[in-house]
Amino acid sequence: MPKAPHKQSTNEAPLLEVQHITKMYGDLAANSDVSLAISKGEIHALLGENGAGKSTLVKVIYGSLQPTLGEIYWQGEKITITNPAAARELGIGMVFQHFSLFDALTVAENIALALPGKLDLATLSDKISTVSRDYGLPLEPTAHVADLSVGERQRIEIVRCLLQEPKLLIMDEPTAVLTPQEAEQLFLTLDRLASEGCAVLYISHRLEEIKRLCHNATILRHGKVVGHVDPQKETANSLANLMVGSDIHTIGSRTANVRGEVVLAINDLSAPPDGPFGVALKDVNLDVHSGEIVAVAGVAGNGQGEFFDAISGERAGNTPQAVKINGNDVGNLGIVARRKMGAAFVPEERLGHGAVPEFSLSDNVILTRYATGDAIVASGVIDNTVANDIQIRVSDDFDVRKGVPNPEARSLSGGNLQKFVVGRELDREPVLMVINQPTWGVDAGAAALIRQALIDLAGRGAAILLISQDLDEIFETADRIAVISRGQLSDARPSGDLTLEEIGLMMAGAHEKSDDKENSEAVSA
Amino acid sequence: MKIILEKRPFKSKKMALLSPLLAIGLTVFFGGIIFAMLGLNPFRALYVYFIEPVTSWWSIEELIVKAAPLILIGVGLAICFEAKVWNIGAEGQLTMGALAGSMIPIFFTGWQSPLVLVAMLVLGALGGALFGAIPAFLKTRFNANEILTSLMLVYVAQLLADWLVRGPWRDPGGFNFPKSVTFEGWQVLPTFGDGRVHIGAILAVVAALVLAFMMAKTLKGFEIRIMGNAPRAGMFSGFSPKKTIWFSMLLSGGLAGLAGICEIAGPSGHLQPSISPGYGFTAIIVAFLGRLNPIGVIFAGVMLAISYLGGEAAQIDLGVSARISQVFQGMLLFFILACDTLIIYRIRLMAGSDPKTTRKIMAEAGD
Repeated sequence: MPKAPHKQSTNEAPLLEVQHITKMYGDLAANSDVSLAISKGEIHALLGENGAGKSTLVKVIYGSLQPTLGEIYWQGEKITITNPAAARELGIGMVFQHFSLFDALTVAENIALALPGKLDLATLSDKISTVSRDYGLPLEPTAHVADLSVGERQRIEIVRCLLQEPKLLIMDEPTAVLTPQEAEQLFLTLDRLASEGCAVLYISHRLEEIKRLCHNATILRHGKVVGHVDPQKETANSLANLMVGSDIHTIGSRTANVRGEVVLAINDLSAPPDGPFGVALKDVNLDVHSGEIVAVAGVAGNGQGEFFDAISGERAGNTPQAVKINGNDVGNLGIVARRKMGAAFVPEERLGHGAVPEFSLSDNVILTRYATGDAIVASGVIDNTVANDIQIRVSDDFDVRKGVPNPEARSLSGGNLQKFVVGRELDREPVLMVINQPTWGVDAGAAALIRQALIDLAGRGAAILLISQDLDEIFETADRIAVISRGQLSDARPSGDLTLEEIGLMMAGAHEKSDDKENSEAVSA
Repeated sequence: MKIILEKRPFKSKKMALLSPLLAIGLTVFFGGIIFAMLGLNPFRALYVYFIEPVTSWWSIEELIVKAAPLILIGVGLAICFEAKVWNIGAEGQLTMGALAGSMIPIFFTGWQSPLVLVAMLVLGALGGALFGAIPAFLKTRFNANEILTSLMLVYVAQLLADWLVRGPWRDPGGFNFPKSVTFEGWQVLPTFGDGRVHIGAILAVVAALVLAFMMAKTLKGFEIRIMGNAPRAGMFSGFSPKKTIWFSMLLSGGLAGLAGICEIAGPSGHLQPSISPGYGFTAIIVAFLGRLNPIGVIFAGVMLAISYLGGEAAQIDLGVSARISQVFQGMLLFFILACDTLIIYRIRLMAGSDPKTTRKIMAEAGD
């Protein structure tokens, strides 16, 4: 659908202008010298990979974070937005990716809770009906939230914002949780809002959507603006290029290992979503051979968690053949049985999943190794000295820096704890390693050490499945790459054959083969 | 202006251990104020309440009799609460244990053999465990809140006991008093000393020692600690949340049932409509006062036993209602929980009232 060019009167100051925003977390610049301007009636895309600094920028605009440096102008006047309430008073509304709604209350009650002042529920219900009808967001004020679909819940959040008559609406990845049909309905609403003069700041990494909807786009990478573009004039490829940043990658020329037998085989694996914001897995197939690193790339929240849990066996209940380790059917076995076959797992979340924050490191050794032949447990009784010896060995081998000999896990820095959690598994010399986001939130030194350890492990003949959002990391380490998007996994292809453009497109859903996609094309046609 | 609780960045280990002592101190202090408001000399009243019960041999024996069931139930609950399974229905499990164990002397009145005692204790534990299994099943199958189900089942058990001793199990030769036949010979627990202290006290200490070893040294204890602390990590470790719920409910139910049959086969010697003076509820305080540590529970059990004896002493010597012991127990629990809360959180006064921030802080505090 061709987009009518957005008309901006030249003499009017932009509605919102942020200039040279920098936000530091310690030494890390989440935003560095970011500037952008949005005028009335404009739908402005904020585009970037996870971790590019989109959320930080939005939080600064919405007042939940204060910038370290930089200025914000609202209708030409310099202002400070001290908190979200102040932002709402100015006329900034935000629809979050994860909703804050009470299931047991009705639509009207939920909206009443969020609005300032005392309200009469009957009047409010009428207002909700009017607004939702006007903007094509059908909502029944008396319906209970628990009975509503995710799309309908999002409508509540949007109507909640609209009732405050915002001048600027911020949408954080709104279509991540929507079906294509619901997304199309949302686009019509946003078009309508824009035509009435409301500005929209639209955060997404879905390129087609941005081409369909937005007048202008600001692209962030590593906290910096890498381009202000007109999405109509760009192709999905060129946008992907900007977002992923082909210029900074040097594709690794790691010598390929001898590829051996299949160690991990995943056959037609399907799994339900693990919660209201989860993603179902659909017919996933993948083989990982000994001596190779296979990476699963993808933007967070596309089923990586469910994929990891299904392979680790934390959420068992698949058909036995869905997951095979060394030819054994393990799809219906738990995580301990899979560990005993030589598999090792490192989940994405270190604290509370991969390690217990309040437990000492030696207790955290017991966590994954009580059943794997380390003689930690004899007839149900734990030998703490064995666990402590392993803890010391892992800490030495992987350079885990700690203040006391056996500290609580939570007292370690992110990088040190991750080194420990990865080292705890590598110390077993596993034949299969499944690792989810190994260097997420980890300092560069620790990240390099972990990546090198994985490459070395593959060199010794282990099979490694690496789930990651970090394309640098993937190209540095992987022999083959598959991409996960909305619970579907592409075929794994040798990393040398893939360009970043192709991966960027696949991350945005180009390989999805379900009917949903065809429908969405039919709707937008 | 708003008052909010904010999580402290670090928990003080020293304060966590001091908290029960602080709570006891505050209870004594405010207890003194209550006595003064009743027109009594607070120092004499506190002496009668807290000190006199441990000044003579017979009252120390009585202390042990009262502490035994509190410890037996308290150690089970300590394990349960450590796993964050909230069994509030120990009183009901105690009652069902007493009823199940009493079946032997009531139905086989003439049977005399050491086996009788063993069978009674086993049936008692089994009765309590099976009654604890109901909330466990409802929790694991339907995700029903065990606080509610276990608490409500207390009243079911108590009404069942009441009906049994007034109806089918009433002693035919008991002049219509609501009580069962009197237990004799091997149907009652062997006793020590002047004849009040029974082997239930030994069972209680053994249970505490065994569970202390389990928690400190075994994989089962590791499982309980991890499931209570970080359930997601527990699943990653390979433990099942449902099995932990079953284990802790059956264990605490079984120990409560054992305490129940020990009460009936010990101090009482027959079934009667009310089986315990609320040991099952008081044991909740015992578990928390003992820092959910089985050894700590032994000391806490003795402390709470004093509150029962002190209540009786206060009634006799000072002429105040025996309910005073419930007041003291309530204050003690209140102060422990208050101290613990202030160790983990700090209070902050906040100007303005932005509902979003408050909600956010509450959400953070709530985890």
